[in-house]
Amino acid sequence: MINSITMPLNTLGQYTIFIIQEMGRTGTFFARGFYNIFILPFQFSKIVQQIYFIGVKSVFVICLTGAFTGMVLGLQGYYTLSKFGSEGLLGAAVALSLIRELGPVLTAIMIIGRAGSAIAAEIGIMRISEQIDALETMDINPLRFLVSPRIAASLISFPILTAMFNVIGIWGGYISGSMLLGLNKGIYFSRVQSGIAVDDITGCGIKALVFSIIVVTICCYQGYYVHTRSEGHGAKGVGFATTSAVVISCVLVLVSDYALTSFLL
Amino acid sequence: MDNGYLIEFKNVSKKFGKQVVLDNVNLTINRGEITTIIGMSGVGKSVLLKHIIGLITPDSGEILYEGKDISVLSRKEKSELKRKFSYMFQGTALFDSMTVYENIALPLKEKKHLSSTVVERMIMDKMDQLDIRSMAYKYPSELSGGMKKRVALARALVIDPEIVLFDEPTTGLDPIRRNAVHSMISNYQQKLGFTGIIVSHEIPEIFYISQRLIMLHEGKIAYQGTVDELETNPDPIVEQFISGLESRHDTLTGLLPQPRGEARFKEELARFQRHDTVFSIILFRIRELDTIHEKAGHVVGQELLKFFSNELRANLRVTDICFRYAMNKIIAVLPNTNMEQARLTCRKLSKLINKSDLQNILSKSSMDCSINVGFAEAKKDLQFERLVKEAESRIEDTCFLSKSEE
Repeated sequence: MINSITMPLNTLGQYTIFIIQEMGRTGTFFARGFYNIFILPFQFSKIVQQIYFIGVKSVFVICLTGAFTGMVLGLQGYYTLSKFGSEGLLGAAVALSLIRELGPVLTAIMIIGRAGSAIAAEIGIMRISEQIDALETMDINPLRFLVSPRIAASLISFPILTAMFNVIGIWGGYISGSMLLGLNKGIYFSRVQSGIAVDDITGCGIKALVFSIIVVTICCYQGYYVHTRSEGHGAKGVGFATTSAVVISCVLVLVSDYALTSFLL
Repeated sequence: MDNGYLIEFKNVSKKFGKQVVLDNVNLTINRGEITTIIGMSGVGKSVLLKHIIGLITPDSGEILYEGKDISVLSRKEKSELKRKFSYMFQGTALFDSMTVYENIALPLKEKKHLSSTVVERMIMDKMDQLDIRSMAYKYPSELSGGMKKRVALARALVIDPEIVLFDEPTTGLDPIRRNAVHSMISNYQQKLGFTGIIVSHEIPEIFYISQRLIMLHEGKIAYQGTVDELETNPDPIVEQFISGLESRHDTLTGLLPQPRGEARFKEELARFQRHDTVFSIILFRIRELDTIHEKAGHVVGQELLKFFSNELRANLRVTDICFRYAMNKIIAVLPNTNMEQARLTCRKLSKLINKSDLQNILSKSSMDCSINVGFAEAKKDLQFERLVKEAESRIEDTCFLSKSEE
């Protein structure tokens, strides 16, 4: 009888401790990786390589999703606003939706899918094939060698990609709102300009930076500690780690988006 | 306190969950020697090796380097210590997103801060020595197992380390390449003077390059000492190991391993002491095997050894006993044969050797190959080592395996 009461509490307690421990470990992992970015000699070429992988190679998919998100916002916005006779506000509605919310979130989710999963898998495979141990035996700090350049590259790439997403999205809204539905071009862009304040752009930048930290830390962490997973080792473990990296990053991006929005409003 | 040992384990224990892998292990590693760690699979040999380089830390006990406990070293001291080590992983652990060249260059570029010209020269030298230059710009996934091992060896040796740890460096290789890797390790150890610690299952071949042996059994050290002392060790586990060893053949040459050969020698000596049946030994030594390795590659050297052993097995009498004595030495025990008859046998042998096969092997190099031969006739009071020394002292420069004889 007592057991049936204590067992769930026990499990809940263990799970809570585990979550707090993981949060602590992940935080320390990021702090160590971030600190090592600034240790001389700078790993300039590795950072550039990672910017190419995380940033440049994501440009196409970001442009594509940005364009269609903007276009659908244009359609939906025009339909909704026309009910109130306020189609003229379409530019502001599209721009604000994108800059304040959809731009940073969708960019982060697209990068998780394209680069985050690859980061978790690559580092995970390096762990299970002892490549990370090999770095340690060569007195090369694996965290500095593998994680720091990715953190630096993410901090640079995320805001730029988010900005691209926003700009392309606004053009997407123009295509559907003005070119297809006939809203005046001048009105659309003047509303875009008048609707956006500097705080909106700053908030967008802050979100992009926070999301970049969450995504790169979770993805690197899941790969780096793949060998400590209890549910699977080897290739299976890497599979689980990649899935966890994507799921945890997406959930945390959405949760932190709510938290950030409530602070930034 | 520094007691002369390079590395010392004092009561080192390690558990993984409930499984005790190392149980109060005490061992010593001497500077400038090759020490081989042997034992059954899963006994904890690799774990022991990873303790030395700090990839795994012990639950209790001390690991001393030059008398200093490595667990109390500062971060800087640990870093300096690590730079003296190289580690060749069982699964090679090559970076699969880098080319062979980049893999070998990594430890130099990251830690040595040398100019790119110097780095390039050092890497090319090492690649030439290990015959992997042609694959410099290939990725590890494009290489065979043997090639990967050579690349891993090049990466381990490129920084001229003081201590090299080899975790099963030859697993999965064919006998010729396995012995070629062994001879490479031995050659480099003599040339560079590093301390080598090898985890290996390749028994008895690994004995020919090892100065010391450590045998791990159920988490404890069952034996540590020289290869020769192994046979006289009274420990039942060691005895059991040796009796298992006696039933094996050298995989490269197909000849008997040394302990079994010596046992057969003792039987022959006992017969001689009882019935006056004289017998002789012939010591064959491939001349300048090291030079052959250097100029034609280690594989050619090992192919030559295999070829010669096969010829011996094919052309000697069924009653003759032939076994490998060292990397480049083979001993034949010829019952009912005096020294003159042994010389005659040797001359016959030189005529019977298949010259076209030899030509094929040596065509890969511009070298000739000759074999030194030493003879000794058994005496009733002469033990094995003394008789071998006598044969070595009478060694003749018989050029009976020469390509130029064609």
